[in-house]
Amino acid sequence: MSGYLIAFLALAALSMAYLGNSRAKATHNGAAGKIHSRPIYHGLNVAIWTAVPAFVLLLVWLVFQSSIVNHLVLSGIPGSENLDASASSILMSEVRQVASGNLFKEPSPEVKAAADHFKSLQGIAAYLMAAAVAVAAAIGAFFGLKVIGSRYRARHSVELSVTLFMMFSSLLAILITLGIVFSLVFEAFHFFTKVPFTEFLFGLRWEPQIAMRADQVAGQGAFGVIPVLYGTFLISAIAMIVAVPTGILSAIFLTEYSHPRFRAVVKPLLEILAGVPTVVYGFFAVLTVAPAIRDLGIALGFEASPNSALAAGAVMGVMIIPFISSLSDDAFAAVPRAMREGSYALGATKGETIRKVLLPAALPGIVGGVLLALSRAVGETMIVVMAAGLIAKLTVNPLDAVTTVTVQIVTLLIGDAEFDNPKTLAAFALGLVLFIVTLILNLIALHTVRKYREKY
Amino acid sequence: MSVTASSDLNVGVPAINWQSDDMKSRRKRRYAADRRLQAYGLVAIIFALGFLAILISSLVYTGNSAFTQSVATIEIDLSTADIDRTKLADADWRGVVRGALRAQLPGLSRSDERKYFEMFTSSGQFIVRDAVVADPSRLDGKSTFVIPLADPFDQLAKGQVNRDTPESQRRVTDQQIGMFDQLVGKGIISRPFNWALFFNADSRFPELAGLAGAISGSFWSLLVCFVISFPVGIAAAIYLEEFAPKNKLTDLIEVNINNLAAVPSVVFGLLGLAVFLGWFGMPRSAPIVGGLVLSLMTLPTLIIVTRVSLKSVPSSIREAALGVGASKHEAIFHHILPLAMPTIMTGAIISLARALGESAPLLLIGMNAFITSPPDGVFEASTALPTQIFMWADSPERGFVARTSAAILVLLGFLVLMNGIAIFLRQRFERRW
Repeated sequence: MSGYLIAFLALAALSMAYLGNSRAKATHNGAAGKIHSRPIYHGLNVAIWTAVPAFVLLLVWLVFQSSIVNHLVLSGIPGSENLDASASSILMSEVRQVASGNLFKEPSPEVKAAADHFKSLQGIAAYLMAAAVAVAAAIGAFFGLKVIGSRYRARHSVELSVTLFMMFSSLLAILITLGIVFSLVFEAFHFFTKVPFTEFLFGLRWEPQIAMRADQVAGQGAFGVIPVLYGTFLISAIAMIVAVPTGILSAIFLTEYSHPRFRAVVKPLLEILAGVPTVVYGFFAVLTVAPAIRDLGIALGFEASPNSALAAGAVMGVMIIPFISSLSDDAFAAVPRAMREGSYALGATKGETIRKVLLPAALPGIVGGVLLALSRAVGETMIVVMAAGLIAKLTVNPLDAVTTVTVQIVTLLIGDAEFDNPKTLAAFALGLVLFIVTLILNLIALHTVRKYREKY
Repeated sequence: MSVTASSDLNVGVPAINWQSDDMKSRRKRRYAADRRLQAYGLVAIIFALGFLAILISSLVYTGNSAFTQSVATIEIDLSTADIDRTKLADADWRGVVRGALRAQLPGLSRSDERKYFEMFTSSGQFIVRDAVVADPSRLDGKSTFVIPLADPFDQLAKGQVNRDTPESQRRVTDQQIGMFDQLVGKGIISRPFNWALFFNADSRFPELAGLAGAISGSFWSLLVCFVISFPVGIAAAIYLEEFAPKNKLTDLIEVNINNLAAVPSVVFGLLGLAVFLGWFGMPRSAPIVGGLVLSLMTLPTLIIVTRVSLKSVPSSIREAALGVGASKHEAIFHHILPLAMPTIMTGAIISLARALGESAPLLLIGMNAFITSPPDGVFEASTALPTQIFMWADSPERGFVARTSAAILVLLGFLVLMNGIAIFLRQRFERRW
């Protein structure tokens, strides 16, 4: 329905633009003399007046329609006033299932009546929406066409509309952040009404599955975030141990030692590593790296878990190499030539120049890059979901399985998501932790990189 | 410090004999350290590229076999079969197919026959039914049907089952291998290109599972993502680059965008789950929600890329336009934006390629459902390519290992294509000022 309405609006805008354009041309050639704006602006103006208010109305309508219909249907069911929020949402989804014809068992007469009520309301709502949108478009078109005249500044009006759209678009970035913060805080707040805040923050056990049992009282230490955070940092640390030296050394080789032609071939190849989807790395970690590490461990006499932290961390590290490499590359390029040449003039070799002059000078930039990479490793999801473990454990053995924040978020939310049990809400609390940790890392890193850029 | 002063200080120091053995070995050490650093760098690069090579070759190695599928080509004479033409869908297709298969190896006992039928996909009846419903003229005489072999026998045909392993450790019995060899001897087993991989939707049986649902789900999601993020991203970038006053608010927006670009993708999934599914009540698993979440994710990157390319257009262009009386909007939309467009398009395609490979947020909004038909629009439940890969990677059947690798190769193929278009656009249309 809404798809047809959008098509209708697009068509209406197009035809109104044509109409406005030709009417403006007629005015231009008529007795009133030259018009202020070119005809096309009059056409565009009419099109904007026709489509934009109607489109906004459509969006607002779609946002509110389902909750209003639900409310009307629920108030029509006898005895529904006494239900709490989750029970009424279950009832509502049952009504919706019956209305769409998915019958698993014969519904009760009340539900059946409600389903009929629901269907008729939906039909009415659809007609009302179509009528409202059409009327809004017609009113807009009427006024848009009416104002066409020799003195009307159509261009200014169009430019104002465009500017407003651009301002709204740039505000959207803030809206997205606010949306993230509010949704996470809102759901996490629900979680903390069921599980004490201190238990979550300082608990040493993470066993969210236990809380699914009806007789389980949530918050008996089963939602302690420490082991999950610990696992995240163990895997990220392994990733950084792989990525930081490799990334910096390859950047040194590419910027300082290699032939330009070698660099032109190798740098894009390295960038491919960053472009490979993470789900591919995850599959590779499971299929190739983890068994290899396991066999190696057995050959050396160690017990290696099939989903060891080492496998996930190492593969994640390789993914991050190009990231660190290109950021270090930028940092080296920002060091002034004079410093490098001064070092050569004193007789230092290339290696000495790099180690004693370039690296210290580029260090803030490299540190910023490493922090950004760390934030990426902490937030990386697919590799760990596929290759790391599910059980939270406090261990320093990299051959053991640990779990991470992102793994827990995904496993808690895969499948059905009801917003009222602590298991689902815990995922949002973890999401909040993840967001805050990565936010701090990003802000420090962006600050360091920017400040350092200003220095030279 | 003056020259004389420094030479005064050097009075007590003996002159250095640069040719002494001490100095020679010192020089040697210094040069060796230099070469070591160079070698370390080369090793780092070789490590990274070697990993890439192993990654690609292991995917090709495990995935190439999934691009062919072993099938039995069987001739069935439907004119003699007892089929009610008015109710094609309800006919005994199972009996028809089994009869035709029985005719290939006649004289099997009942239990042997059961083993024999295990060799073919259990959905052979539906394949024949759908072919006949699509073309009823097949009822009038003999026609050939292509029936895929079941997964263990597909692997046997591809030589992935070692016949020397003890029978108890294989999924195919010696007797079935004997029957298989008889069928091969009759020449009805062949191994054509596996079009089903591209045109079938998902299935529980590896021999029938394909990517059609995932590809169209990804297509719809990316379409939604592009339709939203492209205009909004460009508009935001133009405002911030050309119109915005320098104040606290625009500073905040700028920091915000840079930070959003580095927020983990799974957090966007949580946002989509809470806001689009929870508050707005949008349908679960639908490409429209996937596309919305992906567009929120690509928006910051797109804004950054667009701003850079707007900045690279020389200001003389703007000044010339303003000089001949264009308004600020006209200068931007008629002159600067068209000149920056190739770079913006390149950036947009690369961001879309990123969005195509993204799976974590899609998992959270349920685009990992088991769905056996491709979606017809943005409101129908579907999967996407990366989430399909994730689901297949989790499947226990052996045949899905090869399918997963093949699906990854298909995904990488799309990514190479998109990046190739982006590079082409850049080289063909980008201006250097």
